[in-house]
Amino acid sequence: MPSLHLYQFQSLGLDPIDLTVGPGECITLAGPSGCGKSLLLRAIADLDPHEGDAAIDGLRQSRIRGHEWRSRVGLLPAESHWWGDRVRDHLPGAEPPHLQDLGFGVDSLDWSIARLSSGEKQRLALIRLLAGQPGALLLDEPTANLDQKTGQWVEALIDTYRREKGAAVIWVSHDPEQRERVSDRAFLIEDRMLRCETWN
Amino acid sequence: MELIQLSPWDLSIAALLVLALAAISWRLHLGIEGRLLIATVRSVLQLMLIGLVLKALFAQSNPLLIGAVTLFMLSMAGYEVMARQQRRFKGLWGMGIGTLSMFISSFSITLLALHVVVQVEPWYTPQYLIPLLGMLLGNTMTGMAIALDNLTQQAWQRRGAIEAKLTLGWNWDNAIRDIRRDALRAGLIPIINAMGAAGVVSLPGMMTGQILAGSPPMDAAKYQIMILMLIAGGTGLGATFAVWLGSRRLFDKRERLRLDRLR
Repeated sequence: MPSLHLYQFQSLGLDPIDLTVGPGECITLAGPSGCGKSLLLRAIADLDPHEGDAAIDGLRQSRIRGHEWRSRVGLLPAESHWWGDRVRDHLPGAEPPHLQDLGFGVDSLDWSIARLSSGEKQRLALIRLLAGQPGALLLDEPTANLDQKTGQWVEALIDTYRREKGAAVIWVSHDPEQRERVSDRAFLIEDRMLRCETWN
Repeated sequence: MELIQLSPWDLSIAALLVLALAAISWRLHLGIEGRLLIATVRSVLQLMLIGLVLKALFAQSNPLLIGAVTLFMLSMAGYEVMARQQRRFKGLWGMGIGTLSMFISSFSITLLALHVVVQVEPWYTPQYLIPLLGMLLGNTMTGMAIALDNLTQQAWQRRGAIEAKLTLGWNWDNAIRDIRRDALRAGLIPIINAMGAAGVVSLPGMMTGQILAGSPPMDAAKYQIMILMLIAGGTGLGATFAVWLGSRRLFDKRERLRLDRLR
């Protein structure tokens, strides 16, 4: 069961952080825009240079190669990018897992990327990420472009995935109700530091 | 047949054409008359100068002097490759990637041609070495500049897609593969086109020169065939190396895309 550890981990705009996210645990992050939430997630995924170290399932980030780390610690950026023409160019196999869970039929694999709505892109990006079975999820506002119904599907899928796989989840969300719903622990970023968020 | 000497008078007739073009540019507000005149003056000065240098070089055949001239040619070509990049690498890499690639491709292929193909004695005979190397450098330079420019521009434009692949756990090599392939293809197109058009559309410079100097056309054709093939080989080798080196430099040890290494 993978847990995610940060050791004196420092990304741009934040003070060093020590944090453990247990197996199957979901923590949420919130804070004003520009406070460094997205940069923290990018640094944990090791896409940006940073100070300190991290570990997943006992494996140190500094001990394994970049792509090995990123296949274990999956980042879902706020904006998804696509390189092929069709949906199927980005997903493995004839029937990728979780397609139905987010309301897509098998015929959607032949859809043109250029014609996807922003909500469809966001859901397909999550399916694409989960297909690689990462042990930790770093989610940057995964329901920002979604309506209530599809948003609930995404919340349900992430919840099932982390329980079944025991994945550690860090979830950036602007919606206080969503944070209260999905988080085991919640943090706010204030003055370059993480503080516990409480619900009154 | 003796080569007919060109007098300063003959050259000034040709120069009138350039002046006419500059006048047209000025009249039509094309805004290139300044650059045109500077380029013309540059080419006159540079060619007269290289004429003098080669005259001295051919008279002495001093290996050290010949080496110095080849290195000068190489560094000028490296600078040209760098200057044609819209987003070049910062620091020494900006000039280093192109220069190193051209050194490896052009020098090795020139040596191969002199030793194995032409078998001139000694191999550094400047009458063969300098023009051969010059032609190889000039042509591989174009291919390499296009390939490198394509690589860095595409990496910049498609950074989102590259990083998307990285976040899914792809290694750097796979993440940049399609961009590298496109860049290499773009770099090789000019020489492929030149070979396709040779003899039908254009009589290449070397062959023209040899025919003007009185060589039998068949001999001139054979030399030109050799040169085209050497250029194709040199461009392919150099561009492959440059694009590989450049794409490697776009990522750091942790396989992060580092566009901050471009200016």
